[in-house]
Amino acid sequence: MDRPLRLISANPVDALARTVEALLVVASQPLTLEELAEATADDSERIATALGLLSERYSEGRSGIILQKVAGGYAFGAAREAAEACARLFERPIERGLSQAALETVAIVAYLGPVSRPEIARIRGVAADSAVASLVERGLIAEAGRESGPGGAVRYRVTSLFERVFGLESLAALPRLDDIGEDQAAIRDRLLEVAEARAS
Amino acid sequence: MASAVRDLELDLDAFEGPFDLLLTLLLKDAIQPSEIDMAGIVVAFVERLAERDELDLDACGEFLVLIAALLELKARHLFPDEEAELSELEPEEAAEELARRLAEYRRMKHASVWLRERLDEERGRYFRIGPAPLAPSPERRLAAQEPLRLVEAMRALAVEPPHVSLSHLALRFPPVAQFVQRFRAVLQRRRRFDFDAEVQGLSRVEQAVAFLALLELRKDGEIAISQAAPFAPIRISRAEDASSQSDEGRMLQWTARSA
Repeated sequence: MDRPLRLISANPVDALARTVEALLVVASQPLTLEELAEATADDSERIATALGLLSERYSEGRSGIILQKVAGGYAFGAAREAAEACARLFERPIERGLSQAALETVAIVAYLGPVSRPEIARIRGVAADSAVASLVERGLIAEAGRESGPGGAVRYRVTSLFERVFGLESLAALPRLDDIGEDQAAIRDRLLEVAEARAS
Repeated sequence: MASAVRDLELDLDAFEGPFDLLLTLLLKDAIQPSEIDMAGIVVAFVERLAERDELDLDACGEFLVLIAALLELKARHLFPDEEAELSELEPEEAAEELARRLAEYRRMKHASVWLRERLDEERGRYFRIGPAPLAPSPERRLAAQEPLRLVEAMRALAVEPPHVSLSHLALRFPPVAQFVQRFRAVLQRRRRFDFDAEVQGLSRVEQAVAFLALLELRKDGEIAISQAAPFAPIRISRAEDASSQSDEGRMLQWTARSA
């Protein structure tokens, strides 16, 4: 007797996708492809396929939970349509009251890190003590050793929480510094123009 | 007590090490005074003071002088003589340097604007924040073991250790009176004697007891003790002989030098 024809076949990575899903629910920080492969004792390629399946399932408009590729790994987050409800119950304390000074400081650390506090102060032209302390307290930057030489200053780098809060896949997702800001030559010319105007 | 200030260990953002090294680096311009958190130094010193029961006024005085000098140095560095600085640079060079610094800062300022926009975009995204998950403890792989070797090792441990004799540690104190009588007898035969020669060959404990006997005799006024210089032989003589041949001034001198 012929077996009935199955029109819908189960995806071969369905079981693996369920395991990956469970791992991402338990994790409190993004998990990399390698970490997922190690935990499931499975192949990285099959993990990538399983993640693709989960990305479709957990996407905006289809689920209240969305799968994000962020901070060098994968993590679950709440869908944007739930943001208002989430805001009534929870808050995002990390960025609450983040000052302009803190944002400039974290930008310097993100682009030039690991970087010391005196170096940050030299670029910004003002002391960076309170801004650095505030960023460390929020967990957006962390100590990353000291400068070489006797009494070397503490150096700072951004954390994976920084990438997560700013929704960056990695630091490579930051725009190139050359593409932003004014050209040095243009600033110099303008300075000289001002100087000449004052002299005359 | 000056070392209490110089040895002060500092753990500042811009410097880690003893205070005197910081002073050296500042004087050699290896560290800019404006980079040093002076309040951090003061807090470290106050904490050091709090750890000690007594107030070391010398150390406090030295610290105040040093920290005041550093504060003045930092203030001067923060408000440099602009005219002198500018006179070292040609106008084009000054403009170049200023433009370089401004461009660097403006790029970072623009980057911060980009980050602010990014933050606004992500404001509606909520996610779980928690401590890092526990890493599974790696399994310790042991090499193949032989139970008999374990038994041997345990048997060796189970053997009662040999009894260690502590008899040589016991201190035997001869009575002080024994030496008091001995010294009285010696002084009856001789008018004076050297303590070191008399106790030569005795153990350290016996010598100590003999010295106590000397003090007893001195207290009772039976003998006079003299010593020409610190660590010189101690000379013992009858009290009446000593008083007849030496004046009170010499005795006071001995007392003061011995003290």
